Parts: sequence; C-alpha cells; structure tokens
Amino acid sequence: MAWRWLLLCLLIATPLRAGEEVVAGLSQARVSITTDFKGSEILVFGAVKRSAPAPADPPLHVIVTVAGPTLPVTVRKKDLRFGIWVNAEAVEVDAAPSFYAISTTAPLDEILSQTEDLRHHISIGKAIRAVDTGAGADGAAPFTEALIRIRTADGLYQIRESTVTLSEDTLFRTGIALPANLTEGDYTTRIFLTRGRAVIDAYETRIGVQKVGLERWIYNLAQVRPLIYGLLSLAIAIAAGWGASTVFRYIRG
Amino acid sequence: MQVYLPIAEVSVNAFLLLGLGGLVGILSGMFGVGGGFLITPLLFFMGIPPAVAVATGANQIVASSISGLMAHLRRKTVDLRMGAVLLAGGLVGAALGVAAFNFLKQLGQVDLLVQLCYVLFLGVIGWLMLVESVIALRRARRQGVVPKRRQRGWVHALPLKVKFRSSGLYISVIPPLLVGAAVGVLAAVMGVGGGFIMVPAMIYLLGMPTKVVVGTSLFQIIFVTGFTTLLHATTNYSVDMVLAVLLIVGGVVGAQIGTRIGVKLKAEQLRILLAALVLAVCGKLALDLLLQPAELYSLAAPAGGH
Repeated sequence: MAWRWLLLCLLIATPLRAGEEVVAGLSQARVSITTDFKGSEILVFGAVKRSAPAPADPPLHVIVTVAGPTLPVTVRKKDLRFGIWVNAEAVEVDAAPSFYAISTTAPLDEILSQTEDLRHHISIGKAIRAVDTGAGADGAAPFTEALIRIRTADGLYQIRESTVTLSEDTLFRTGIALPANLTEGDYTTRIFLTRGRAVIDAYETRIGVQKVGLERWIYNLAQVRPLIYGLLSLAIAIAAGWGASTVFRYIRG
Repeated sequence: MQVYLPIAEVSVNAFLLLGLGGLVGILSGMFGVGGGFLITPLLFFMGIPPAVAVATGANQIVASSISGLMAHLRRKTVDLRMGAVLLAGGLVGAALGVAAFNFLKQLGQVDLLVQLCYVLFLGVIGWLMLVESVIALRRARRQGVVPKRRQRGWVHALPLKVKFRSSGLYISVIPPLLVGAAVGVLAAVMGVGGGFIMVPAMIYLLGMPTKVVVGTSLFQIIFVTGFTTLLHATTNYSVDMVLAVLLIVGGVVGAQIGTRIGVKLKAEQLRILLAALVLAVCGKLALDLLLQPAELYSLAAPAGGH
C-alpha cells in the first residue's frame, strides 16, 4: 500500500508543532477523460498530525469536499400564463460548482456550526455563491434549492454523511465517486478537521480533470479551428450518406 | 457501451444513439422529412445539452438526407429544377429567419415562440393532411378511380412560368420561391430542416406528385441543414463529432431501409402515416405546455456567455 508508506514518511518527517494538523493525499491527482470514460473513484486519505496527545473531548471529525469548476447558472421557473406553462421568472446564480461532493464522519450539522460553515463554504448551500437578487432576496432561495435538487438528482451534488472512516482518531480515508458527465477543469479537494463543531485545521489540493487523446483532439479542433471542424463534420456526413447508399446498391445487386 | 461525448461533455449509451439515428433515418427515407423535429427533442430527453442537440442534429440530417436522396436520384424521383428554385427561396428565408430569431431572443421568451410554432404548424399541417388523405383513400376505394388533379387556381395565373418536367408542372416560379422562403424562415426559427412543412406545401400548394416531392424535399434540406451545421460550428462551437458519427451510422442505414419501405406504400397511406407522426409530436409538445411539469425549475448556461 503505497499511500500508507507515504503517510508514515509524512508523519515521521514533519517537525512537531502545537495543535492538530491534517496531512493528506489522493489516489490520483489527475483524471483523464477518454472516449470510454465511465466515471472515476478517487481515494482521499490522510492522517492527523499532533504534537500532544489527542484531547478526549470533544470528538474529532473529518469533512472531505470535492468541488468542480464554478460557473454561472441561470435557473428558470415555469409558471401558468394564459393557460400554458411558460418560463417566467429567472434567477442568475453567479457561481455554482459543476460538481460537489461532501463526505463526513458524522451528520454534517452535528460536526459543523453555521458560522464555521459560512466562513469555509462547506455545505452545498454555502458553496453556491452570491445569488443575483433579480427576483428579490427572499425570492431567490427557492431557485438555489431547485438548483441543488436538480443537480443532486443528476448525481452531480452528493452529500454522503458518515462515509469517512476515521481510525484511532488519526488515520482517515474515503472514496469520492466522480460521475461520467464531468466538466473539464481543476477539482478542488478540501479536508477539514473539526472538534466541537469548529474547524481546527484545513487542507486543500487539486485534482486535474482533462480530456485526453481523441476527446482532446476533437475538442481543441472545435474551439481553435471551428470552420475546419464544421467542414470536416459535413464531409463525414456526406461521405457516410454516399457510402451507405453505394453499399446498399451493391447489396441489392 | 458508454461513450463520452467531447463537446456535449456527457457519457451516453452508444447503441441507444445508433438506434435513435436509425429510427430517424427510416422516417427520413420514407417521408422526405429530415427528422429534425424528432431527433432534437429525443436528444434533449437523453440529457444532451439543447445547443449541442440542435447543432449535431443538423449534421446528422445532412447524412441521412444524402443517403435518401441518392436512392431517389437513381429512381429519378427528384425534380432538380424545382429543388433549385425552392433552395433559392429557402436561403433568403433562412437569412430572414435568423435575423428574426435573434431579434426575438433579445425580447426573451424565444423558447416559448419555438414551442408555439411547433404546436401550431405541426397541428394544422398534420390535421389537414390526415383529413385530405383519409378522404382521398376512401374515395379511391369506393369508386376505384384515381382522384382528380388539383384545380387550376391563382397559382397558374402568375407570370414567369417555367416547365418543371419531373413534376409534370408548368407554373410560375413565384409560388415555389415563396414556399421556399417561408420554409426557410420557419426552419431557422424552429431549428429544423423544414421538410415536414415543405412536403405538404409542395403537395397542396404547388400540386406536385407525391413521389417527386420526397426526393425534391431531401435535395433542399441537405443544403439548408449543411449551412446550419457550419453556422453552429463557427458561432456556438456546439457540433459534437462523436455524437454526429454515431447518429449518422444509424441514420444512413435507416434512410436506405426507409426509402425501400416508401416505395412499397401507396401515396395516400404514406401521407396518413406522416400525418399521424406529425400529430403525435404536436400532441406531445402541446401536453408539455398544458400540463404542470413535475419540475418547475430548469437550469441553463447564462445567455450570451460561452
């Protein structure tokens, strides 16, 4: 187990300091999206480094979050107008992560206070930033709730409480399942240690998610040389149509 | 077998896409409709982002239409002269349609306009075709005679007459130009090839024989959708080549099968089937507008941003 060995090295090599600190690693720092990409499971693991014996109370808890690139989103609501359902109100959410997963050692509200959540933007609701008050400050809440609901249903937002295993108050590990419908970019992975619902230490690292091979080539061509890409798409269509027609004629004799 | 689409950024089942392409290809070959009005909503349903679905759908229609057109060309059931006149009108109409679309986009509610357009046009055309075809079929069965040719009205009184030999028509170029332009406007606004509007227009307004209509419609659709594909690729970067290839492989095979089926069916039967199909899609869209959706909220990338 390479990661255990790594941990041991980290634990031995680090100088002593007061309080508790988190040291962590990932099973992979890079996710490559290939044509047959089916999603990826990333192992987040680490240990608590301390200079003094661990206090018995309050208990230690670990929260692991993985956030995809943040992008603005328009949330629209349908309403009955003149007997038909049409898009009526819209609220622009300035920045919402395209993917967000939280894993914890216990139910989130038992191990994290509201103020600490607000400060570190840990829960999904707090990770979505600065709602444009187009429909009034009060009116925006159902729209962010809908955003969370829709993305949770798509598996893009995950709350997985009590899925981090913490052993001996020192070693912890959890698996984060990245779905197949990933957006490219840097996925920020954060690990928080909490005691008595307050964050005592945090650690941050990144997972690079990138298209590779054919996926990369097609994406680049479409962005950099759109005219050539468009003509190539048309050429494929024309060749395929022509080819099928010819093949079928031969089949029929 | 799951495949990750590089532009749509979603992972989908490859065989499902092949099947979808094949189904639309069969319809394309049978009826001379590009199938855009079917493929685009079905792609939405599979979770492909709307912009990618519209652009890639256009690319797939080029392929299945060419496959269908080749079969029609060999059977000499394409009126190339009429197709060229319709195309000339169509390109002018498409340019006007894009301008109108962008204007309405600024006003907001362009989605609603597109949906209402679909319901209105599909409903009216589908109903007219169904009624007319049923009457024709019943008359033919009862008396055993071919129904009379369409009456000579204002269409035949206009100047600039041209002989359309394959269609057996000697009419002014003005009505086909206008039909082409009207279809072009609607095609641009609704994001489809426009075959489902043009086929009935050619039959009922221009009085073309049904067998020629299908091939001629495909001929015009190829150019309109090819143009649309290029526009989407260069302005929105939303054509997904992997998605297109999967749909195309299914589509070209389907189109060949569809053309064979089309030959075996009687003109009236063909029309009733197309009418039923058009009405089914219309009904589905109308229900979406009338019934309360399960999820009132929807997500979209903000307008203007890329």
